[in-house]
Amino acid sequence: MSLLLKNVRAIDPAAGETGLDAIVDIHVRHGEVIEIGPDLDVDAGEVHDLTGKVVVPGLVDMHVHLREPGYEYKETIESGTRAAVHGGFTGVAPMANTNPAIEDGTKVRGLIEKADESAFCHVYPVGACTKRLMGTELAEMGDMVAAGAVAFSDDGKGIQDAGMMRRVMDYAKMFGKVVMAHEQDDGLVGCGIVNEGPVSTKLGLVAWPAEGEEVMIARDIALCRLTGCALHVQHITTARGVELVRAAKKEGLPVTCEVTPHHLFLCEDDVTSSYDTNFKMNPPLRTKTDCIALADALADGTIDAIATDHAPHAKHEKAREFELAPFGTTGLETALPLVLTGLVSTGKLSWERLVEVMSILPRQILGIDPVSLQPGSMADLTVIDPDRHVSVTADWFESAADNSAFLGQELIGCATAVFIEGYAALLDGEVVDQ
Amino acid sequence: MLSTKHLIDTEDLTLEDVQLILDTARSFKEVNTRTIKKLPTLRGRTVVTLFLEPSTRTKSSFEIAGKRLSADVQGLSGSSSSTVKGESLVDTAKTLDAMRCDAVVVRCKQAGSPLILANNMDAHIINGGDGKHRHPTQALLDVFSMRENLHFDGLEGFKGLNVGIVGDVGHSRVVGSLAPLLVRLGATVTVVAPPTLMPADPSVWGVSHVYDLDPVLPTFDIVYMLRIQMERLDGAPLPSLREYAALYGIGKERMAMMRPEAFLMHPGPVNRGVELTSDAVDSPRNLILDQVNSGVCVRMAVLYLLLGGDENVTVA
Repeated sequence: MSLLLKNVRAIDPAAGETGLDAIVDIHVRHGEVIEIGPDLDVDAGEVHDLTGKVVVPGLVDMHVHLREPGYEYKETIESGTRAAVHGGFTGVAPMANTNPAIEDGTKVRGLIEKADESAFCHVYPVGACTKRLMGTELAEMGDMVAAGAVAFSDDGKGIQDAGMMRRVMDYAKMFGKVVMAHEQDDGLVGCGIVNEGPVSTKLGLVAWPAEGEEVMIARDIALCRLTGCALHVQHITTARGVELVRAAKKEGLPVTCEVTPHHLFLCEDDVTSSYDTNFKMNPPLRTKTDCIALADALADGTIDAIATDHAPHAKHEKAREFELAPFGTTGLETALPLVLTGLVSTGKLSWERLVEVMSILPRQILGIDPVSLQPGSMADLTVIDPDRHVSVTADWFESAADNSAFLGQELIGCATAVFIEGYAALLDGEVVDQ
Repeated sequence: MLSTKHLIDTEDLTLEDVQLILDTARSFKEVNTRTIKKLPTLRGRTVVTLFLEPSTRTKSSFEIAGKRLSADVQGLSGSSSSTVKGESLVDTAKTLDAMRCDAVVVRCKQAGSPLILANNMDAHIINGGDGKHRHPTQALLDVFSMRENLHFDGLEGFKGLNVGIVGDVGHSRVVGSLAPLLVRLGATVTVVAPPTLMPADPSVWGVSHVYDLDPVLPTFDIVYMLRIQMERLDGAPLPSLREYAALYGIGKERMAMMRPEAFLMHPGPVNRGVELTSDAVDSPRNLILDQVNSGVCVRMAVLYLLLGGDENVTVA
């Protein structure tokens, strides 16, 4: 099995001493990059001329919900990973809030087994911090690590008790795994659903104040200092939250954070009196000022990763009253087009930084093997056409769900091919059936 | 005719619509004093009152209004409808649509629900109160009651009127409709509540807000008291009803602080001894029962105008 990608602009800031940005050919054999250079003279079974396209180390989404087991009517590992490769990702890290939750080794092994059977891309399981995500008893982290869990998170719920969070971080530290925190103080947030401010008042919806997130980020940074355990702040949404992370990094603490495309590109003003439930997410959309601060922090290195928090739901669930509909928007298929359109083409984010925040750093934070555009690296590759137009319609999605907050948008740039260990999972923008 | 198909909020109405509703309601006010309080206007039309949250006065007010116009009125409540069996609101809407209803009055716990009905059926949708969001017919009847008691025609008389809305502003759907409507009509509105019962940003309604009642009480032409909603006081925003009554309740003493010509209003039902003492409830300066009467007139007008009646009401 051998593959040759010709005339492609290869971008990888982590390749070699100084990084790579050049038009090259890439030769792949047995799932590994063999050679990179101009005009390679090799015979390959599969040749793709990628003139005008960009190739980067395969993108990884470190925060998704694949809903399996338990909620297969929303999404499955199969449909969710189809969506992932359609969006340009070579791997995803599904959260533990399935039914049953991924809370012990057996559940992790079950997930990996199912992924081996049906997934279109790599699946990096995230285990629960606490049993049943209840925030009261430690989950069997050692068993989960042995089974293949890459990190721990009770995503969907904040761990309310500071003592419990301390035990989680103390214990996770022993395995060298990062604790990924959903920052939400239930006392402040209650049943809040939209950002506290003019929109919550106008729409008569219960307010979810920014401080409900910020006090937990501050607490967990303190616990990071206390325990030494690596902390990853999930879906950060506010300017002040970013300030807290910036200060923690300056102090030298092992703190990282991620931002979602919807918190970068949408704000509370998008939640209107039409009560479109696709704009109901947790944490909620914040202010325009926050969006700007998030984009700045992504560019300056304070925010380490773009993660989608892909949250598929069935049609009938999102067709309910705003207050009753579940939280979340899908994101796997729109993330890259949004970032290309909204940040890269505008010059806000360089191509190098895009590769860092969507490929290099997510792998680094999760502690999975790096992928790089250099000989010897695993051939997980994402090919991007920066000029291809994308009309975001329900039909265009490969996900089983279409609850996207970006429906109707016209975007420019998307993944057209994805290679996973050298095998094509996406070609010409179409998912390759296995 | 109104310029809108549905009445989801007072924002749907132009000022011409508002005046038309108030004028039409005035014609119906006289009908309601007759021995035979019935007009044939909406004969053969079906009005459903879909009340998915307990309500007595709004539901009966709409039903009486519909019946006085000879509409066939069918009441559905939360406990008798399919919604408790797990049917979604979308399916309830489609079911009612298949029954060919002409208008649906909906009361529901969730903000924005009337829109789900409007998007899934042909009938005219009238918002009878959605969550903590809006309650347009309450706002219209309040404005009607003000106009009748201040004795003016047209809308000019609202200009410069100083209205204070006092109480549980944070949980009130009445304020969300009444305050912006009064502001559009040229009134000045101040909301008064403790910070724990104040929403995040009352300025979105075009009003100012204060926490302390006594300094502003003597400036109001209308003192509009909101009900303390006992059922929504989870999280204990008040130490006690006793303390609330001491800080915000209106009794003899605070009535003496009011302008002599100022009116007291309340959307009901009143918690006697909490927001109003019995002296205040039973005072002739209190418009509570006039508001109830206005409710029937205004709801008759809304049903009549939405279901295709013209300006020239035949009340003979």
